[in-house]
Amino acid sequence: MFSACADPKNIEGLQWLLCYLTTGKHIDFYWSFLTVLALLAITAPAALVFGFGGAMAARSHVTPLRLLGKAYTAMVRGVPDIVFFMFFVIALDQGIEWLRHQVVCPDWSEPIRRGLEFRVCPQAKTPSGDAAAWVHQTYGFALAVFTFALVFGAFAANVLYGAMNAVPRAQLETAESYGMSQGQVFRRILVPQMWVYALPGLSNLWMILIKATPLLFLLGVRDIVYWARELGGAKTQIYDFPHPDWRLYYFLFLMVAYLFMTWASEKVLARIGRRLSHGQATAAGEAQRRAAA
Amino acid sequence: MSCFQTIADYGLRSLGIGERLLPRSDFTLCQQFTLIGSGMIWNLYFGVLALTFGFFFSNALALGKAARNPWIRKPAEWFIFIFRGSPLFIQFFLAYAALVMLPRGGVDLFGMNIPTGWMTSAWAGAAFVLFLNTSAYAGEIFHGALMSVPKGDLEAADAYGISGWQKFRRIQWPTMLRLAWPAYTNEAIFLFHATTLVFFSGFPAFQQRGDALYYANYFADKTFNPFIPYPIVGFYFILLTLAVIGVFALVNRRLNRHLPSNVRAKIRLRPQVIR
Repeated sequence: MFSACADPKNIEGLQWLLCYLTTGKHIDFYWSFLTVLALLAITAPAALVFGFGGAMAARSHVTPLRLLGKAYTAMVRGVPDIVFFMFFVIALDQGIEWLRHQVVCPDWSEPIRRGLEFRVCPQAKTPSGDAAAWVHQTYGFALAVFTFALVFGAFAANVLYGAMNAVPRAQLETAESYGMSQGQVFRRILVPQMWVYALPGLSNLWMILIKATPLLFLLGVRDIVYWARELGGAKTQIYDFPHPDWRLYYFLFLMVAYLFMTWASEKVLARIGRRLSHGQATAAGEAQRRAAA
Repeated sequence: MSCFQTIADYGLRSLGIGERLLPRSDFTLCQQFTLIGSGMIWNLYFGVLALTFGFFFSNALALGKAARNPWIRKPAEWFIFIFRGSPLFIQFFLAYAALVMLPRGGVDLFGMNIPTGWMTSAWAGAAFVLFLNTSAYAGEIFHGALMSVPKGDLEAADAYGISGWQKFRRIQWPTMLRLAWPAYTNEAIFLFHATTLVFFSGFPAFQQRGDALYYANYFADKTFNPFIPYPIVGFYFILLTLAVIGVFALVNRRLNRHLPSNVRAKIRLRPQVIR
């Protein structure tokens, strides 16, 4: 990167460190923090949408839909989330290829599952075999994001379902007695009021989501954990910057980064909580009113 | 090969007892059930060990966080913040990287040689990390409960002349446990769930002796069919979750036995404390 770094074997001390920390691979490492942030930025709203759908389904009057919603909210309670991560990534991948296979080559005669193989026709491979490396990486990332959204959607559905039930029943009955339809009651009364009850659970979920991002590494995405392991491992003299096993320091750095993220989120969420409780008939809202008076 | 034979061969495979080689082809449903069930031994081991020791340490942490003396309070607060604020996954990696750096030949202390090699193996290192982690989470739960012990109870204790250790032992501590128990049940369940991370983080599985998810992943990799092994893991974990709820409900009943039935705390399973 810098011209002074052209010959790393002959530099020492602080300059060596500076050159070392600005190698191409380290720049990739820094960029991979954006991967994590992108995951958070996409997953959080997507999970909210899934969760909202799940909670609505669980409250539905249509029995099959309600059962589906209940099953979705219940699935994360008994089974470790990481099992879902491992499962969905392969299952989604195979499901997409299977669907494309049915569409692209309908007259393929051989069975797809043969013994220990899962083989679709070459045109149905996703992404196609000759695709560029970045296509493969983006596809992997997209699968991971979808899986995260699905699993965290189930957590969010739990929270939102509880929050919808926490809205005082009298509020809804009043709205009904004014002649509002079910949809109107839902849109005008239930949804605006439920957020204050949902906020503690959702902030908890946000923290959990931050702390779940290292699982990206397990799903084969080149995230910060991947780079920390890659860069921290011992480097022999054939490398430009030989060093012993420094993984401990890289992971310490990651840990501090995560602590900072959770600490900062806690501050922001506390502020949102104060704002949402303003004027609400809850203990926190009452405390604010008293402090002002 | 009969299913009974498979169970005899692979039932204790995760401990290194029985057949050495894992099945490589012609995977039967029986093999998958047996091996994954065998892996559950590790999940049970990690969970039970961490919970048992973590219970005592988390009580100490809760008291530490509630202490007036900053020399006690600050370390407890920082410990809880660090372990609750960072991902368990990173904690495993960090612990492994740190333990590997210990000298190979052991540490010489006062003329005694303390071997260090065993610390990098999962049964010791990962169990220790899980112990610290669950202590931090449970410590926060117990601290919250300690802060919500009703004021009237404490005033009543003062009025009866109960103070100091007796007040803690007979009034504060039982009430704290009773208030914290539903949340602590959740913590226990999600601790068991967290044990599946051990062999996917820094700690390697020695001679393919892994936990339930490790074997499920093995089968999914070999058969390219995730639809059988992962649901089996799910099945085992649902059983485990039900067992945990059952045991903790017994304790909950004992903690609440003096209360009228309508004010007893119920255990509601809420996913709140996964890591």
